[in-house]
This record gives sequence, C-alpha cells and structure tokens, in this order.
Amino acid sequence: MKDLQYVVLGKEQFDEFISRLSKLQKVVAPVSKGYKNFSFEEVTSGNSVSLKYIPTILPPKKFFMPQRETLLEFDTSKGLNAEAVVEYEKMTIFGVHTCDLAGIQCLNMVFSEHPRDYNYMMRKRKINIIGLECNEYCDEFASCALVNASLPSGGYDLFFTDLGDEYIVHINTQNGEDMIKSANFFRAAGKSDLEELTELRKKKRVLFRNEVPVEPRYIPELFDRSYKSRVWDDLDERCLACGNCTNVCPTCYCFDIRDEMAMDLKSGKRYRVWDSCQLETFAKIAGGENFRKERSLRQKHRYYRKFRYPVDRFSRFFCTGCGRCSRTCMAGIRLKETLNGLIKEFENTVSTSMEGNY
Amino acid sequence: MEKIALTNSPYNIKTGKILHAKQMTEHEKLFEISLKGGGRLDYEPGQFIMMSVFGAGEIPISISSSPTNISGSFELCVRAVGRVTNAIHKMEAGDEVGIRGPFGKGFPIRIFEGNDLLIVTGGLGIAPLRSLIKYVFDNRRDFGKVHILLGCKSPKDMLFLDEIEQWSERMDVYYECTVDHAVPEWKGHVGLITTLIPGVDIEPERTFAVVVGPPVMYKFVIKELLAKNIPGRQILVSFERHMKCGLGKCGHCQIQHLYACQDGPVFNYEEIKYLKEAY
Repeated sequence: MKDLQYVVLGKEQFDEFISRLSKLQKVVAPVSKGYKNFSFEEVTSGNSVSLKYIPTILPPKKFFMPQRETLLEFDTSKGLNAEAVVEYEKMTIFGVHTCDLAGIQCLNMVFSEHPRDYNYMMRKRKINIIGLECNEYCDEFASCALVNASLPSGGYDLFFTDLGDEYIVHINTQNGEDMIKSANFFRAAGKSDLEELTELRKKKRVLFRNEVPVEPRYIPELFDRSYKSRVWDDLDERCLACGNCTNVCPTCYCFDIRDEMAMDLKSGKRYRVWDSCQLETFAKIAGGENFRKERSLRQKHRYYRKFRYPVDRFSRFFCTGCGRCSRTCMAGIRLKETLNGLIKEFENTVSTSMEGNY
Repeated sequence: MEKIALTNSPYNIKTGKILHAKQMTEHEKLFEISLKGGGRLDYEPGQFIMMSVFGAGEIPISISSSPTNISGSFELCVRAVGRVTNAIHKMEAGDEVGIRGPFGKGFPIRIFEGNDLLIVTGGLGIAPLRSLIKYVFDNRRDFGKVHILLGCKSPKDMLFLDEIEQWSERMDVYYECTVDHAVPEWKGHVGLITTLIPGVDIEPERTFAVVVGPPVMYKFVIKELLAKNIPGRQILVSFERHMKCGLGKCGHCQIQHLYACQDGPVFNYEEIKYLKEAY
C-alpha cells in the first residue's frame, strides 16, 4: 500500500455505503438522543447517523472496555474449577472524532503494557475504526488543540473528511482498503480533492488554537508546581463525588472486579465494571485509612492522571480535549477553568522566580 | 457477542489447597496452602498474591512464609475485616481457594546481603516481615547483625507468639518488643515502637532498615531512623493498598504516579519521601 492513499465518496452514496457495510458486520455510529445528546449505537443506514455531532455521552471506550465484562467463569460443585474468558464482538465504529481516536490510543497503551490485558487486546483486534474529521469546534468545552488531538494522527482504518459535496477518505490500513473495496462507490482522489483537504487543514490550524494560555510542553511543570494549589480546595467545595466525569472520560479505565453467584450458589462469574477514583471508598484500605478521603484530593488525582502522571509513563497527556467531563459535571466544574486557575497561580509565582520561562 | 476461553489471561487462577488452618488471635488466622497439581509458588519475601473465594471475591494478601521453606507450601496470614476475609476465615484444612500471582516487588534481599538489618514491625506488618525474617534465618551467614523491633497494641494481639519467643532466644538476633497497652503479667516494654529505636546500636552506613506496619507508624519510625543517620535509600517500607487486579491497571492502589501492586509494595524512602499520598 502506498504511504498516502485517498479516495472520494459522493455524499449521495453515504447512506448506501453504511447499509452495505452493516450487512457485512455490525456498524455503530453517533445517533441523536435528543437535544445536544448523542450516542454510539448500531445503525443499518447512513441516514440515521448524526454526522454533525458533539462528543457522544459515552466515548467509544464502551466497545473496547465494556461497562461490564466477564473475566472468569467458575464452578465450585466438584472442587474448584475456573476458566478465564473474553467476550467480543466484531464491529465497525463509524464517525470517531480525533479526540476519541486519541482516547482509544491511550487505552491501547495502558492495556498492552506488561502485564498485558488480553481481554482488551482481543476485543481491540475485532473492531474497525472509521474516523470523522471535525472541521470546526463542537462547542466551547473542547480543548483538543491544547492536547494536540484536533488533527488526525493515526488510530483509524479509514478517516472521513467532509469537503462539501463529498467526503475525502484516507485509507490507513489494509482493513480500511477492504472496507472500501466492499462498496463500489469510491473513486480515486484527484489533485483538486487533495488541495481542498490541504486548504481545510490549513484553516483548521488557525481555528484550533491552544484553548488555555499555556504551551503544552510546560503543562508537566505547571502540575509539578500546583500540588498545593488553592484550585483544588475550590473543587473540594463544589465536587459532588458522583463519578460522572470519569465515566464519560475517553481515557479513564479504572475498574472494580466482583463475583456474582448463580442461583445454584455453586457456579458464577467474576466480572469487571467501571469504577471511579472520585468515589469516596476508591482508595480506602482494609485497616480503614483512606488515602484520598477529601474530594479535593480525588479531583486533584483525576487531573494529575490526565496531565502529569502519564507524561512520565507514556509520553503523552491522557486528556483528549473532548470536553465531556465539563459538559457532564452537575457542579459546573470545567476543565478549562481549572487549568486557567492553575496557570494564573503559576504565573503569579513565575513572575518572581521563573521569569522568562514562557 | 462471542465468547472464548482465554488461556493466557492474567485473571486465571491456580487452585490452592489448604493444608492447615490455625486461628492465631481473635481476628487473624494462618493458612498453609499448597498449589494443586504440585506446582511451587515462585515468590520472594515481600511479594503478595491475590487470594479468592469464589462468590465472595478476591483480595491481595502478603505471603508470610519464606521461599526457603522446603515443603513447597506457602503461608498466608489473614485478618478478618471484610466480606472476602470473613469468607476466607470460614475455610479449614482440605478446602480450596483461588490463587493468582505472586505480584509486586519484594524486599531487595540480594542487596541486603553483607549488611546489617534493622527490622521494625507493628501490628499486621509482621505478616510480610515474617517472610523476610525466616528467609534471613535460613541464610543467616549472608547477613551481618540482625535487629528485630516488634510492636503491637497489647500482648493478646501478638501474632506468631511461639516463633517470636524462639527469635527472642536466638543468640544471632537482637530482639526487642513493646506493647502500647500492657496487662499486669506483661514484663516487657510499654510504649510506642518509636521509643525502641534510639537505643539500637547500629552502624548506619551498613544498615538497611525495613519498616512495615499501619500507615500512622511510618512517619514517626522513619523520622527516628533518619535521626540514626540511616541513608534514605536504605530505608525500606511496604505499603498496604486496596487492589483489584494486581496488574497495574485497576487504579485502586495508585500512590500518585506509582502503583503499589507493580512498582511496590516495597519502596525505598527516596522513592516515596515527597509523595503526599504515601502514608
């Protein structure tokens, strides 16, 4: 396959492309769920897909790491018998924005790092991903430029960009090429198509700019100096510890593991469910101590898990700028506002001790 | 949705058969376990396993025996506090439990060789430290002086009583013990474990201190050890945390950027001294 391979799909054929694809395997795509709410759900035609959507309620992580999945099945009727299992489903996810592609890339790193999580890795192999470019911001909560997730950078099989009457499609993998071949609707991209794409990206580079006044490379240092910031105390008073922010986050993957007995009280399942570091008992130990008892400590932990800790471990931020945590928070805790608060405090100290750093 | 067996899953368990179960105190029970099928648990002092009772759940438990134990079995000391540990306490010899692991970084025993050891333990901290102590006794020639300072709430809470009595009589160990609250027949020290440290005769440059106990103990004990001039890198601690996977994923055991299950549970003081969430 050539390094760069682009094809073009006329918009009038989009509906049929999705129908055709959905006959081969399950296709999920963003669909409208009422006012400003969208969800990745199964579709059988392109007409039911919401092509202009703001980030879905739950990110596509729900397909890679289901809210509940069985890890082990056991039977204690004749001694102790247990077998680890993986549940998976072949599917194509259509319409993944660059923020969510970045989210999947983060999860890939976490679960493929030793010791590997074979449940995740098995499931990942069965999922095709078709990305969809945002030509403009979804809303004021997004901060994708800050974390370098506003332009595509791999993580997909195909990537669709809206050029008005048609989509220009980047084929990134052999899998992607097979999907293109399954439908006869695509034509090779011409010079003018590629120029249009280049022009669009150029405009985007102007439109999508750092949403908070800090250069990304100084963010780790910003957090190094913010451990005792008053911003966390402010969050303590506002946070309701509901865990919504972590549930909707495309890179939050903390989980709980539980057992469930069948009615015979001999066999059953060990399953994992999403958990949240925002819940009070998350870091509580058997002796009764709780290492993140205050909500300020738990909120701080969430932010450090996005902007500081993964920088050392994975050389990237685990915030994708999707804005879901801000959109969903009942207490109005806004990620950009938090960062602005930290920056402001930082600048006040910088002006005396770190002048000229940026 | 399709489902297949996953033979390489880290969530697969080995079956552990309980050979012997002994109630030690009101809340603690000691289990001797061997793996069914004859396999040997390949562990180091300070490591832990995930132990499960199906239907109740799975929890991390530190290993109390030493890998030098020739019988091939291992021992786990379990305090009944929650759903899983109470289910474990109902188990007797002949019953079977699920075992995963061992996990984590244990005590740096090879680095200890040729040095003196100052072992400080409070409460249930004796559970992982007994593994180290037994290992050291089985390889006693490889180490210099060995000090053991032991603290517990009251004499009735003392774990491994018979063994500790033997340790206290060994000529190759400096042993001292204190209780927070004495009873009339108690003849030993009364007071916090920190009160024993100033009187210990050590050469700090060649001494490794190992501290395991309840979270509140670390701050005060470490302060005393630093006052004895023991370098931070030579002070080892082991932390208890909530854990679900043991694989560095579930997030429960995270201490800022570190994971107790993979980066620990044993840390040296230099690694954790700036971490507010450590203790």
